[in-house]
Amino acid sequence: MRNPVKLVFTGTLLMALGIGVSVTSFAAPKESYLRPEKVPAPENNKVTPERVALGKSLFFDPRLSGSKWISCATCHNPALGWSDGLPTAIGHGMKVLERTTPTILNTAYQKSQMWDGRFATLEHQALGPIQADVEMNQNIDSLLEVLKSNQGYVALFEKAYPGEGINKDTLAKAIASYERTIVSSESPFDLWIKGDEKAISAAAKRGFALFEDKANCVACHQGFNFTDNGFHNVGLKGNTDMGRFAKKAIKSMKGAFKTPTLREVNLTAPYMHNGIYKTLTEVVEHYNRGGDEKENLDPNMKPLHLSTQEVADIVAFLNALTGPMASVTMPRLPH
Amino acid sequence: MRIKQVFVASLASIFFAAAGLAGAAEHTVDQHEKAFEKDGKKIDKISVKVGDTIHFKNMDPWFHNVFSLSDLKTFDLGSFPKGQSKPVVFDKPGVAEVECAIHPQMQLEVEVK
Repeated sequence: MRNPVKLVFTGTLLMALGIGVSVTSFAAPKESYLRPEKVPAPENNKVTPERVALGKSLFFDPRLSGSKWISCATCHNPALGWSDGLPTAIGHGMKVLERTTPTILNTAYQKSQMWDGRFATLEHQALGPIQADVEMNQNIDSLLEVLKSNQGYVALFEKAYPGEGINKDTLAKAIASYERTIVSSESPFDLWIKGDEKAISAAAKRGFALFEDKANCVACHQGFNFTDNGFHNVGLKGNTDMGRFAKKAIKSMKGAFKTPTLREVNLTAPYMHNGIYKTLTEVVEHYNRGGDEKENLDPNMKPLHLSTQEVADIVAFLNALTGPMASVTMPRLPH
Repeated sequence: MRIKQVFVASLASIFFAAAGLAGAAEHTVDQHEKAFEKDGKKIDKISVKVGDTIHFKNMDPWFHNVFSLSDLKTFDLGSFPKGQSKPVVFDKPGVAEVECAIHPQMQLEVEVK
């Protein structure tokens, strides 16, 4: 059996000696896993403390929903990895929806939003679930009237977006600004990448080597945020959801969904777009089988022939992607 | 004579087709590090002439796709691995938006003159 750690090590050693070598590993430079220096934000909505404060109030305010009972945080609960711990989301009128609630952790770094990528930016995304009849079921014009009649919000909007008023744009921009502050913390994996050999276990190190090589997880889970920002059909059993195909009517997009981040992934069970797996071991076993449904399966998917130990090693690595929880304080909502 | 007419017509069509082919250029556009590249440089636009062929070549260790749903030209080359390339002939003037369906940040505008 190949030893990926040894392969990568040998390759690195030979490269250091200036000797050309062909290794089968896709191993990326370790620095590519480091957090970018800045959280990206558009020119017309730079993050400021005032915008974050407003966005935070809006995020936790159930009055944003038609029922006045569901806030963004109802499904994106900071205590549950900014998700809800459910197989699939529960929306307006307790309706059980088809897709699992994605974490909003590190959405600031994503190239598109939602499982099917139908919104290009956080600003576009912010108004989607508020207005969707199966989610927050809110009429946006009614909501704007409610916010305008609330002197606390009038003051917060004026501080955040002086002279711009309370409208769809400023509402979306404020929520997006708060979401840009919800980023993963420094994990044991990051400390190891920076050189602390004791930060993660031997199993996690083996798991990372497998992740980049034999298990080929890096075909899709790349870089700091462990995503290619791409869309793949990973062959989930019984899936009938067309996913990305609704947005891009290209054959390979039938049943394809956006590659999610793996940062703090052990906090966001159940897994996959339809929440069919309860544990990370089940997820890795799925990929080890090369997926279940073969129709329109992403061609990167192949049986991996991982041993039980190797599956456990990859899970150990995934567990090393969670750092200490950043404290989240609750806002007092404006009246 | 009908046979002679057909023969001359065939000869003429072969001649014109050959002339057309001789004038058409071949371009290679790489798909590398989730971007379109020409001669090692990232590009988001390329200008070609009517009848030219672009060979889309995957240089990444994972699969890429190439498609266009433009009015000018609709095609889906499917998904293909590292080292493989697939050709598209741009046979009408206009502009085509070309993308990778898997990685939608990969976009290329093909201007056909």
